[in-house]
Amino acid sequence: MNGLLLLADDVAAVPSIFRPVSPPAESIRYLSILVFAIAAVIFLIVEGILIYCLMRFRHREASEKEPPQIYGSRPIEIAWTAAPILIVVILVLVNARTLWDVTRDPPKPKLGDNTLLVTVVGRQWWWEYRYSSYNGKPLSFVTANELHIPVSNEGVPRPVFLALQSADVYHSFWVPQLAGKTALIPGRTNIMWFQTQTTGLYVGQCAEYCGTQHANMLQRVVADTPSDFEKWLVGQGKPAADDPAVAVGRKEFLSQSCVNCHRIRGIGATGSYAPDLTHLMSRQTLASGMIPNDPEGKNLRAWIADPQEIKPGCLMPSFHLSNDQLASIVNYLRTLQ
Amino acid sequence: MAIVEEERPEPAVLGAPTASEPWTSVVHEWLTTVDHKKIGIMYVVMAILFLVIGGCEAELMRLQLLVPRNTLVRADFFNQLFTLHGTTMVFFMGMPILIGMGNYLVPLMIGARDKAFPRLNALGFWSNLFGGLLVYFSFVTGGAPAIGWFGYAPLTESTFARSAATDFWALGLIVSGIGTVAAAVNFIATIAGMRAPGMSLRKIPFFTWTMLWTAVQILVALPPLTAALVMILFDRNLGTHFFDPQNGGSAILYQHIFWFFGHPEVYILILPVFGMISEIIPVFSRKVLFGYEAMAAATAAIAFISLGVWAHHMFTVGMTRFQTMFFVISSLLVSIPTGLKFFNWLATMYGGRIRMQSPMLFACGFLAMFLIGGLTGIMLAAAPMDFQLNNGYFVIGHFHWVLIGGTVFGVFAGIHYWYPKVTGRKLSERLARWQFWLLLVGFILAFGPMHISGMLGMPRRIFSYEPDRGWAIWNQLSTLGAVIQVPSFLIFVINLIWSYGHGTPAGPDPWDAWTLEWTTPSPPPEYNFEEIPTVHSRRPLWDLKHPDDPDWQYE
Amino acid sequence: MSEFAADSLIAESRRTALVGEAVGQAPSLTPAQWGMISFLASEVAFFSTLIVTYITSVTPGGPEPTPAILSLPLVIGTTACLLFSSLTIHLAERRLRQGQPTRFKLWWGATIALGIAFLAGTAVEWRGLVVEHGLTPSVNLFGSSYYTLVGFHAAHVTIGVVIMVATLFVAASRRLAPLNHAAVGLVAWYWHFVDAVWIVVFSVVYLVCR
Repeated sequence: MNGLLLLADDVAAVPSIFRPVSPPAESIRYLSILVFAIAAVIFLIVEGILIYCLMRFRHREASEKEPPQIYGSRPIEIAWTAAPILIVVILVLVNARTLWDVTRDPPKPKLGDNTLLVTVVGRQWWWEYRYSSYNGKPLSFVTANELHIPVSNEGVPRPVFLALQSADVYHSFWVPQLAGKTALIPGRTNIMWFQTQTTGLYVGQCAEYCGTQHANMLQRVVADTPSDFEKWLVGQGKPAADDPAVAVGRKEFLSQSCVNCHRIRGIGATGSYAPDLTHLMSRQTLASGMIPNDPEGKNLRAWIADPQEIKPGCLMPSFHLSNDQLASIVNYLRTLQ
Repeated sequence: MAIVEEERPEPAVLGAPTASEPWTSVVHEWLTTVDHKKIGIMYVVMAILFLVIGGCEAELMRLQLLVPRNTLVRADFFNQLFTLHGTTMVFFMGMPILIGMGNYLVPLMIGARDKAFPRLNALGFWSNLFGGLLVYFSFVTGGAPAIGWFGYAPLTESTFARSAATDFWALGLIVSGIGTVAAAVNFIATIAGMRAPGMSLRKIPFFTWTMLWTAVQILVALPPLTAALVMILFDRNLGTHFFDPQNGGSAILYQHIFWFFGHPEVYILILPVFGMISEIIPVFSRKVLFGYEAMAAATAAIAFISLGVWAHHMFTVGMTRFQTMFFVISSLLVSIPTGLKFFNWLATMYGGRIRMQSPMLFACGFLAMFLIGGLTGIMLAAAPMDFQLNNGYFVIGHFHWVLIGGTVFGVFAGIHYWYPKVTGRKLSERLARWQFWLLLVGFILAFGPMHISGMLGMPRRIFSYEPDRGWAIWNQLSTLGAVIQVPSFLIFVINLIWSYGHGTPAGPDPWDAWTLEWTTPSPPPEYNFEEIPTVHSRRPLWDLKHPDDPDWQYE
Repeated sequence: MSEFAADSLIAESRRTALVGEAVGQAPSLTPAQWGMISFLASEVAFFSTLIVTYITSVTPGGPEPTPAILSLPLVIGTTACLLFSSLTIHLAERRLRQGQPTRFKLWWGATIALGIAFLAGTAVEWRGLVVEHGLTPSVNLFGSSYYTLVGFHAAHVTIGVVIMVATLFVAASRRLAPLNHAAVGLVAWYWHFVDAVWIVVFSVVYLVCR
């Protein structure tokens, strides 16, 4: 990773399950504290009895006399079966309530519903986001690796529903501050939801082993104010920027095999296997959260020159482009805001 | 007494060459033996060898995770390491060591001369060993499989796992699975049909009872795994579509089948240990096991209920709420008989005269640690909590806590308890204490912080992590703990070897215990008992040592 | 107290039993029978997995070829052979216990013949499926599940036939020791089990899920 800028240390809060910003994560935190408390009490009592026995009944000298042999006691057995059953009943009830709280069925899009619906497709080792509707209005753009959502306000909830799918193997969507994790399974669609009132960046990563670069399938969820979010939506919906200054680079891009995998709307590149690059420079990172997407394009150039150097095993090969080809393609891509 | 001492021969040196026996014939004897004791010892030795290999894999992983974005080990190799580590520890260490100890002890405990099927016994061992070797043979394909020890489809399909390493893995597990089922068949036939006169099923030593239920679980749980592995091999090599979603196959079917095996598997790994602890705590507290019948019923309950909890490993796959609640309820229910056992052990110690020799030291370590592992298990059974904790380092902390804090501490207790019977010499108490404390400290330090990094969002099976997530310090503590454990295991191996030649000679009954294995010489002759004894209670030796107050007057 | 406590226990066993205390036991099953039961239990677990896989895999609306191509008449014939073979093996056992070795060999041979007939019929059926309907393990999920489930059962039948042939060989040989009646009983148990599994497989594949 020589010459690459390391990811700045300022961004993410630690993705702790105890710093929830969203109702499902909050419900789970509440349940967790309750369960921890019950476990702690059980621990103190039982471990306490153990330590008491060890201290009180320890015998150092060998003794000829055996202590009284107690074979058992039915009332005692019933008592210490009944008490745990009671605790189990309480736990079941609390769990059921939390489970119903954190799971929701996805609504049908309706005008003015303030709901964002996104289909997430997990792919070996990046996240595809197909925005499908917001506030009842259909959307039709595809982006990668960075999920933008609107925050809710007092009295105006803006829930986000994700339809989770996979193009290859198991993955799992886990941004702890927003919600518990849900699996992305090939051949089936799972639904999860969350909403937050706090703007900011929330991080997570794939939580189901999915192959070589599972560790680097990082997630970034950006919660914008509603107006910023709508501006972002408009920007993403537009086709690619068409700057005549980089026409050479665009031609170079189109003549290479990039178009077999990548899509750039508006120039005829319609590959669907790899991330959509139409608004590449609007994203903060490359390679699914691994390296910053610096505006000068240093990291972008390093990535295109040899992706295997940065993310060994990833599915983008090195194309052994010449320096000139690299430079012109990078200059073109840098204009795709 | 003096006459007896002079006549008592030196503890027989197991299988070592004598003046007249060349080493080749000793090797031949061990390779062709059908004696349950020798086979038991071979199982344990095999397990210890794989323990060392699996341990090295773990140390390498912990060193890689010492700092964020470390480059000690490359991604693909790390993924092979955790695959092999899990497969090795579960299949080639955990099960063999328990089957081996059971193999040695059960016939002695029930007054039989051998297992029901001695040749099948040998087949079981050699299949287990061969299966283990087959899995490691996968290195000839250029690398071990990198699929995780569960081997979820479709990652194991030939599209994604391109080399033949996965085929070696599946084949190795099928072969060793056949050996394990053979061992289970043997245990049931032996315990059901070869008990000494007077020993009804309600009078067998508790370890034998738990081995019986372990064998039942093996019969029910292993074949589904075999079926799933066969389907994987068919998908990879015959072009079938069992787990091929593009052709109607179901990825989730594999998970259901695997965990239907996988959950009983962990009870297979703990029930024998419950049995060992139930032998050791009474002897070292000088009191009969409290509530034998309740304990026996609890064991059967655990065996049954554990067949119905498997999808708690799958809470995040998108089951319906009602399906999820079913598994929450069953998973919480299984904690009740487990808790009951705990209370009975404590009640056995209460009012006793506790001798803190090495078997009891490890048994107390087991009690202290397994409690915590059980409690984190309850947390994971709470499905919404599991939505956050599943597949992260909290789970790794939990299962290592029950497997090391439970199975490994229990096995060490058992080995320290029965080593004198097997070899005629006691293990060194001093080395045992060093081993215990190093293990306890290292183990808590290695796996405690994992609960924290799990709650801070760290998923499992990642070869490196980002520096800004706050996980580094917990990983560093874990690595330190892992390093501290190394001398502990070394001391254990040294103890085993050194005590073989220099340990305090032990007679037939060094701990003043009460079950039939302590009536034979140490080590026992090949035929175990000159004449099969008759028993009248659960503690035949107690009856003999206390003719005025025998057990059969009370239970 | 003696170093070798076994001495006292041995002395004990020569005592008369205490009143009301059962000394020794009459096991209802021999260890070998327990062994066969345990083994068959593990086979139940194995086949159950394959059957559940079949049921969940073969859903209506799948691609051709579908279970509709399975033809009943031939399979009813092979099923009849297998069911009848359970009767013949039972009769063979009876003759053995009654001390009629020739009759035993006759009925045992009949069982083998019926087993082979079952396998032959299956082979004919499979040939038809492959050649006429293009059903192979890799063509679709139905093919995968069908051949795996029915194939593993057929493999178990084959193993049973091989063991029975070996048994017949031992029984017919003049130079080997006499046949072990208990072992013959265990082989019969295995054969009945294979038959019972077929009843379930046949019902699921050819009746319920077609």
